[in-house]
Amino acid sequence: MRHIVIVGATSAIATHCARLWAAQACVFTLVGRDREKLDRLAADIKVRNPQSTLHIETLDFSDVGAIQQSVAAIAVRATVDIALIAHGALPDQSACQDDLYQCSEALHINGISPVLFAEAFAQSMTRKNHGTLALIGSVAGDRGRKSNYVYGAAKGLVTRYAQGLQHRFAASNVKIVLIKPGPTDTPMTAHMKDAGMKFAPVEMVAAQCVAAIEQGRPVAYVPGKWWLIMQVIRHLPAFVFNKMNI
Amino acid sequence: MRNIASWGRLDSYPHQAVTLDDPRHVASKIAASNLPGLAHGMGRSYGDVCLNPGGTLWMTTGLDHLVAFDEANGRLICEPGVLLRDIQRAFIPRGWMLPVTPGTQLITVGGAIANDVHGKNHHVFGSFGDHVKRIRLLRTDGEIIECGPEMSADWFSATVGGLGLTGVIVEAELQLRRVESPWLQTETLPYADLDAFFDLSDASEASWEHTVAWIDCMRGEHQRGLFMRGNPAPADVEHPAMPKGKKSTMPVVPVSLVNRWSLPPFNTAYYTLKRWKAGAAVEHYEPFLYPLDNLREWNRMYGPNGFYQYQSLVPRAIGRDAVQAMLKEIARSGEGSFLAVLKTFGNRSAPGILSFPQPGVTLALDFPNHGERTHTLFARLDAIVREAKGRLYPAKDARMPRDLFESGYPRLAEFMQYRDSGISSALSRRLMGS
Repeated sequence: MRHIVIVGATSAIATHCARLWAAQACVFTLVGRDREKLDRLAADIKVRNPQSTLHIETLDFSDVGAIQQSVAAIAVRATVDIALIAHGALPDQSACQDDLYQCSEALHINGISPVLFAEAFAQSMTRKNHGTLALIGSVAGDRGRKSNYVYGAAKGLVTRYAQGLQHRFAASNVKIVLIKPGPTDTPMTAHMKDAGMKFAPVEMVAAQCVAAIEQGRPVAYVPGKWWLIMQVIRHLPAFVFNKMNI
Repeated sequence: MRNIASWGRLDSYPHQAVTLDDPRHVASKIAASNLPGLAHGMGRSYGDVCLNPGGTLWMTTGLDHLVAFDEANGRLICEPGVLLRDIQRAFIPRGWMLPVTPGTQLITVGGAIANDVHGKNHHVFGSFGDHVKRIRLLRTDGEIIECGPEMSADWFSATVGGLGLTGVIVEAELQLRRVESPWLQTETLPYADLDAFFDLSDASEASWEHTVAWIDCMRGEHQRGLFMRGNPAPADVEHPAMPKGKKSTMPVVPVSLVNRWSLPPFNTAYYTLKRWKAGAAVEHYEPFLYPLDNLREWNRMYGPNGFYQYQSLVPRAIGRDAVQAMLKEIARSGEGSFLAVLKTFGNRSAPGILSFPQPGVTLALDFPNHGERTHTLFARLDAIVREAKGRLYPAKDARMPRDLFESGYPRLAEFMQYRDSGISSALSRRLMGS
C-alpha cells in the first residue's frame, strides 16, 4: 500500500484529494492542527474504504522543531510515497496592512511553514531517493496585486522554493509538483461569493491536483485556463497593470 | 448578502449565506443568526422551498463527511450535506446502495429527507424517509432531538417531508439495500395512449422494481409515450462498457430553447428514435436513474426567465381521466416541455406528515416561464387537481395557491405544532403564513 502524507489534511482541497486517493487502499498520515477535525476526516476515509489505514499527527505549524521531528517520525514509520502540503489561510489584506502581527502570521502560515515542511520531507526523500512532494501554491503567487499581495508573496515563496527543489532533485527519482489553484469554492473563500466572484468546484480542482501529482507534473494550474490568464497578467506592462483594480 | 436562485431560475434573491462546515460550530452559528434561517443544500429544488429571501441560509454542503458504516447490516451514519452520488459511488462497489433516489443524485441527504423524495421504485421501496432510521435534529433554540420511526416518532414524521421547517438535520442514519452490480436489466416499451400506459404500469409493478414513463405532452388525445422499466442485474450479467461519465455544461442562452416551435419536432424525433431502439437492454444505474446528471446546469436551457415544474398527484380511481384532462389543457396551451414524466405510486402510506407520495398517479412537467400565459394554464390544471382531490409537490412548487396546498395536505394543522419559529422559507411564508 502507498503511504500518503497530507499536511493541512482538513482543508477542502486536501480532503477531496484524500477521498480520491482512498478509491484504492492506502496508508494515510493526516497532519493538522485540530485533532477533532482530523478524526472526522479519518472516519470519513475509513468509511469510504475500510481497507485504508489512517494515522493522525497534530502539531503547531509554526513550531520549527515540531515540524522537523514530526516529519522525521512519519518517514520512519513508512517510506513516504506522496507528501501533499496543503495548509494555508486566506488573510484579510487590509487587516495585514494595518497590523504587522496579522501580516506576519499570514506570511508564516502560507509561506514559511509550508516550505519548512517541504524541506523536512525533502530530507527523507533524498535518503530513499523516492517519493513525490506536492505543494499547493496559488495563482496569487504569480504577480503581486494590491488586493492580496501578502498572501500572494507567501505563495510566491512557495513557488520559488518548489522551483529550487525541482532543480535540486532533477537528477533523482524524487518528483516535486507545484499546484496553483485558481479561486476555488471552499469554506476559505465562502465570504467572497457575496461579492459575486465565480469559483471552480473543489472536487474538480482536487481531481486535477491528484492527476498532476500522479503524473509528477512540475507545475499545474488548476483549472488549466489559469495558465493562460496568468500568462497575460504576468506580462502586462506596469503602466497598464497599475491602472487595474484587481 | 449573496444572490441565490433555486433550480427553476425564476429569480435570484439576496440571502445572508452562512457556511456550515464544522459540526462543532453548527449550533453556535445557527444561534447567532439574527434573521429567520433555513438549511440549504444543493439548491436543486425547483421552486421556493429552499429559498429564504432577505433571511439567512445555512449552507450545508460543507457538512459532507461520512461518519460510520456497519457492513453487516448496511446502516450508514452521515452528515446532512453528503451527496447521494457520493453514497452510491462509495457503496455500490461493496454491494450496497440507497434504496430510494430521485431523478438526480446531485442532492444532499438533508434535502432528500426534508422533501421525502421518491424515485422510480416507489411501488417497491416507498420514499426516501422509509429508509431513514434516525435523524439528529437541531432546533434553533439549541435543543437536540434524536428521532426515528421508533423514537420520538412524532418528530420524525414531522421532519421527514417537513420542508426543512422543523429544525436543521445535523446527522442521519440510513438503511442501505443490497445490490449485486451497478447494472440494471431494462426494457423500453412504446405505448399508444393513456389506457395502454395504465395497463403496462399495472402489469409491470409485480415483477419490475423501477417503472416510469415519458409522455409526449403535445398531443391532446392518444398521448403516446415510452414506458421504461428496470430491475437490478445479477453480478454475472453480461454488460456493455462502463459509461465514460463524460460531462458537458449547458451554456447560458438568451431565450428558452424549449418553445412551441421546438417542442413538437423534438418530441416526435425522441419518440421515433427511442421506439426504434426499444426493447431489452443492460444499462448502468447512472444513466438509467439520473439521465440528466451528465448535462451540468441543464436548467439554463429555459433561458433567462427560468421555468416551473408542475408535479401533481391524483388518486388512482380518477387518475386516468384527470391526467387526460390535464394533458388536454397542456396540449391546447402549447406550453410544456419534453421533460414530461408519468408514474403510478404504490399502495402504501408515506412516513411523513407532509410527504408527497400517496397511492395514485403522478404527472410531472417543466414549463418555461412565459408569465401570465403560464399562470393561466396552471390555474386550469389546479382546478383539475382540486376536483380530483389531488395535491402538488412542494419540492417542485413556486406558485400553488394556498387553498390547494391546504386541501392537498389535510394534516397541515398537525404539522404546524412541530415548526421551529426560527426557521422560515419563501414557501412557508407563501403557504403557511409565516
